[in-house]
Formats: sequence, C-alpha cells, structure tokens
Amino acid sequence: MLKTSASFVLSSSKSSTCPGGYASGFDSPAVLLDSRFEHPALWKALVLLLVTVLSQSWSPVFAQTDETKKILSPPQDVRVFDTPSDGGGSLTVLWSPASDESATSKYQVLLSDGATVSDPASMKVVAEFPANQRYVRESKWPWWTKPTTGDQHQFTLKNGKGVELKNGNAYSITVAAVLNGDRVIATPVQATPEPNWINWNQMNNLLLALLFGGIVFYAISTARKREIFLRRIPGLDAVDEAIGRATELGKPILYMTGAHDMSDPSTIAAAVILGRVAKRTAAYETDLLVPHREPITMAVCQEITKQAYLEAGKPDLYKEDSNFFITSDQFSYTAAVDGIMLRKKPAANFYMGHYFAEALLLTETGASTGAIQIAGTDADHQLPFFVTTCDYTLIGEELYAASAYLSREPVQVGTLRGQDIGKALILGVIGVGTILATLGVMFDAQWPKLFLDIFRDVK
Amino acid sequence: MIFLRRQVPLLITLITGLVFAGQYYVPHPASEQMLTSVTKWLQIIGGFALVLGVSSLFHVHAVKIRRKEAGWGYSFVLYVGMLGTIAVGLWGNGKEAVDGAMTAFGWVYNFMMVPLQSTMFAILAFFIASAAYRSFRARSREAAVLLIAAVIVMMGRVPLGEYLIPLSGDLSQWILNVLNASVRRAILIGVSLGTVALSIKIIFGMERSYLGGGKE
Repeated sequence: MLKTSASFVLSSSKSSTCPGGYASGFDSPAVLLDSRFEHPALWKALVLLLVTVLSQSWSPVFAQTDETKKILSPPQDVRVFDTPSDGGGSLTVLWSPASDESATSKYQVLLSDGATVSDPASMKVVAEFPANQRYVRESKWPWWTKPTTGDQHQFTLKNGKGVELKNGNAYSITVAAVLNGDRVIATPVQATPEPNWINWNQMNNLLLALLFGGIVFYAISTARKREIFLRRIPGLDAVDEAIGRATELGKPILYMTGAHDMSDPSTIAAAVILGRVAKRTAAYETDLLVPHREPITMAVCQEITKQAYLEAGKPDLYKEDSNFFITSDQFSYTAAVDGIMLRKKPAANFYMGHYFAEALLLTETGASTGAIQIAGTDADHQLPFFVTTCDYTLIGEELYAASAYLSREPVQVGTLRGQDIGKALILGVIGVGTILATLGVMFDAQWPKLFLDIFRDVK
Repeated sequence: MIFLRRQVPLLITLITGLVFAGQYYVPHPASEQMLTSVTKWLQIIGGFALVLGVSSLFHVHAVKIRRKEAGWGYSFVLYVGMLGTIAVGLWGNGKEAVDGAMTAFGWVYNFMMVPLQSTMFAILAFFIASAAYRSFRARSREAAVLLIAAVIVMMGRVPLGEYLIPLSGDLSQWILNVLNASVRRAILIGVSLGTVALSIKIIFGMERSYLGGGKE
C-alpha cells in the first residue's frame, strides 16, 4: 500500500504549513501523499472515512445544540385564570407542552404583583419543576370541570410558601422554560383571584345525595301503600325481654345516649330509641335511669321521656330526675356510671350512641353485675368491645334502623328500605367501578374516568 | 302554643338543615364564616346549657343526701369536691400556676383529677384481659375462628410473637388490611347511609320524636 514508511512525512524537514513553500520548490501535501501511496485514490478514501467518523462522534453535540434551541422556545398558549370552584386566593396556569420535553429541561412559574410587568425576567419564581411533570391529566379535576385537554401543563398557585394572592388584586403570571442555565420566558398574562359561590367539582356529591333523597322519599311512599318486610333484629327483639326481666326483678333500667351531643346523628338515634324504651318502661312501671354527659341532650331526653310516659298513659310515673347530668368528662362519667351499676344493679343496660374508650369500662362492669346488656353504636372501633361484653349489639346502621323496627311506622320503615336500595346501588357501583378501573389500567384508557369520576370524592 | 312548640322548631330545623347542607357546596369565605359563627353560637349555647346540667347534678344529689339514700355519702363527697374546686378555682383566677408556683386549683387538677383519670384509664387493660378471656373461649365455631384470628394478630403485632412465628406478621397484616378493613368499610357505608337518611327525616320533619311533645 505505502511505497515508503509513513515516518517520512513526520521526519521531513520541509514545512508543509508554509504557503510559500509550494512556490519555493517544495511539493504540496497532496502531491506528497500521492507520491507515497501506490493508489492515489486510496488516501483520499481514507481521509473521507476519517472525516465521516469524526463528524459522527460530534453529531450528539450538534443535536444537543439543536434540542437546546428547540426547547428553549418560550412556552406556548399560556393561559392564567382564577381557579374555579374554590374559596379564592388561587390562580391556575395552563400552557401547551413542547414537542420533546424531558426531565433535563425545567419549567418555572413566575409571579408579579400588578397587571403590567416591565421586565419579565425580574418576576419572582414561585415554582420550578421538570418539564415532563404537572399535566392536566394528573390533576384532581373531574372531567366535568377540567378546563382543557389532559396533555397541557397545569400549575395551581395558592396562598402559602412565599406566595400571597389576595382576592380582587390583579397579578401577572408567566411560565419560563429553562435548560442548562438558559431561560426563555413567555409573555406574562394577567389574572385576578376571586372566591366562587359554587364548588362545581362536588356536583357529583350533590347529585348522588339528591338521588339518595329521592330513593328515600320513593321508598316512604311505597311503604305507605304496602307493608314492607323487615328482617329480625335480635337486639331489638330483646328490648321487651330486658324490660320484662327488670320488671320481674324490681330493678331499674339504665340507658345511655353516648358521648356525643345532639348534633350527632347517633345521639339523635339514641334519643329516638329512648322514647320507645321509655314507653315500655312506663307501661311496665319500671324505673328508668338515664345518666347524661351533655346538658342539651339531657334536656331533649327529658322531653322525650315525659312524652313517652304521657303516650303510655302513665304521666304520674314520670320522674324529672330519671334523666340526670353527671359530667362532660369522659372517665369521671364512666366512674360515676360504674358506681350506679354496682350500687343499684340495674337489670338491663342500654348503650346507644357513640362511645370511645369508656365503652369497655362500662360494659364490662355491667356484665359483672349480671345485667342484660344491649348496645347499639356506629363507633366501629368500639364494636369489638360491645360484641364481646354485651348480650346483643346493634352494629352500625342497625342503630338507625332501631326506630323503624320498634315503631313499624311507614315513614320509618320506608326510610329503611331506601337505605337498602342505596346500599344495593353502592354495591353495584363498587363492582362496575372495579371492572372499569381494571380495564382502564390494562388498556391505559381514559374513558373509564367518565364513570369513575362520578363516584369519586372530589374536594 | 303548639305552633311555638312544634311548627317553629320544625321550620327552624328545615331552614337550617337545608342551608347547612348547601353550605358544604359553597366554597366562598362568606359560607365558611357563617359556619364558624354558628359553631361559636353552639359553643355559647352549650356553655349556658351547662347551668342546666350542674343544677340537675346538684338537685339529684341534694335529694339523695336529704333522704339519706343508700350511698348518700358519695353525694356528700361530690358536693364537697365540687364546691371546693369552684372555691379554689375562683381564688386562683382559674390559673394552675402563678409565677411558676402551683395554685391550689392547679394542685387539685394535677394531683387529684389527673391521677384519678389515669387510674380509670389504666383499669381498661384489666378489663380488656377479662373480656378477651370470656370471648375467646372456643365454645362455638365462630368463637373458635375469633380465637384463631386474635392469636395470629396478637402474635403478629409484637416483636417477640413475630420472632417466634415469622409468618404471623404478614398474616396479621393481611387479616387487618383485607378482612378487617373491608368489614369496617361495609359498616361505615351502612352508617353513612343511615346518617343521611336520618338527617333527611329530621330536616323534612318526618322524624319529630327528638322534639318530644307527641305527633300533633
């Protein structure tokens, strides 16, 4: 291939860098190479190959430069508006994604007071995050309030963490794209945060509540026309047995309405059941003791008991002191009621309403006195204690069903039927929702959200 | 009179019930302000209602002392304790400590009230043991299942138990996270529906027994 050693070129004393050299009798490098290679075309092909290889090794550098130029175009379609369905103090920014976003580039959200900005670069950076994050599809908006397609970027500015947005004040907001220290800022957009009167995100909740209300009213009207079957609730069947036993033994009945006040539905349910129990105790002429933790509940229960005695035709047996206040303090109340149990030895103890740690202290003491114990609570944490220490326990919703079961009034029974229909509906939604959510994950599809969002708890 | 005792409370219940059910869907600060105000009203009314409670307490125990009923001595202790606490509370301006020195009121609270409460709470441990002993006797198939589940969970929740039976940790987590959680959620769904149904009945006046005074 080579006529002579390549070292000749390196060891040559003739300068090839001196342009004048060629005119002063020296050969040009091409001529020299031609003379050294057997086939002159060969060295040209080698040089071409070398240039090609070198250009390939530099191509990522060129490509990166291209990418830098591409991403560093300012964010497009920047929109800023008051965050809908909130209490104010919040703005939402939307912008279109760049064609090839990656975690290496970043977006900055910039904020400034006032409607005009002289120099966007001086705006305060309130958030910075990788460019492949914070899309609308990742937001918690349900489909009926989503302001744009899921592919756009979204950022919600809220009060706190160095941001203070006052309702009614105008602010300038924009987004900047950042890569390797370079930053390109979009034109700032003005927006004003305002409080809203309706949370449209929660409209599914309202619709479901209205639907359930409609079902309850429908069930009540049905119950007025025909009799509805009620399954047996042993705990409520035992109420008569417990009162009868107390009458036979000549001992009082102890009834508790729980730890909560009258604003809690479980206390109201307990007070309603007290009316039914008091009517029976009045009929059987048995003493009734109702110790209270809350004065307003006591006053309400006094009225209910008085009415029950009136309805039973025994107003003269009613005692104002049958409902009495002990204390609002949890363990002081427990100690006092335990004392009553041990001294008066009631034949039946009723624990209705909501309870906390005192549940077991009360029921275990009651069990030690040999009383029939009937509990009814919506406190799921205390249910195991009631189940283990009481003879009968109304679990969860049975507390609310007790009133219907004892009275058999169409309104009460109809409400119970409405609850059952509601439960069947929820069961169906859980089943269908599970299938749709699974399909959504399997096929990476968004359409199941049309159904799933309706049953989602959106704030 | 019936109008004041029945119709007016029902009307107030209907209006306030609907307004505060709607309040949940209104994020405006005015709505939040309204809720805060009403909550404060409730606290104030509750404070006044305490007079009702205390007068009931005094009355019940005064009758016991007067009639010398069984255990009237406890009623006497209650009177002494309550009046004594009120006296020292007023004397110390309701403060537990002044300039680092404990007041008599603070002494009553820290050295009587707190230990008594702790004692009551501590009894719970013994009651749990006795209740568990009674419940976990495998007298039926259900009780046997309960016993086995309880043993697994107890072993899995303490380091020594997990050391002795390594599988108990995972098993107990499975029992708690799958079986227990699903049943709890089922109960909570039922409770929630019951709560909503009862609220509907109360708001629309279908459930009135909490008012007393009959159905007229």
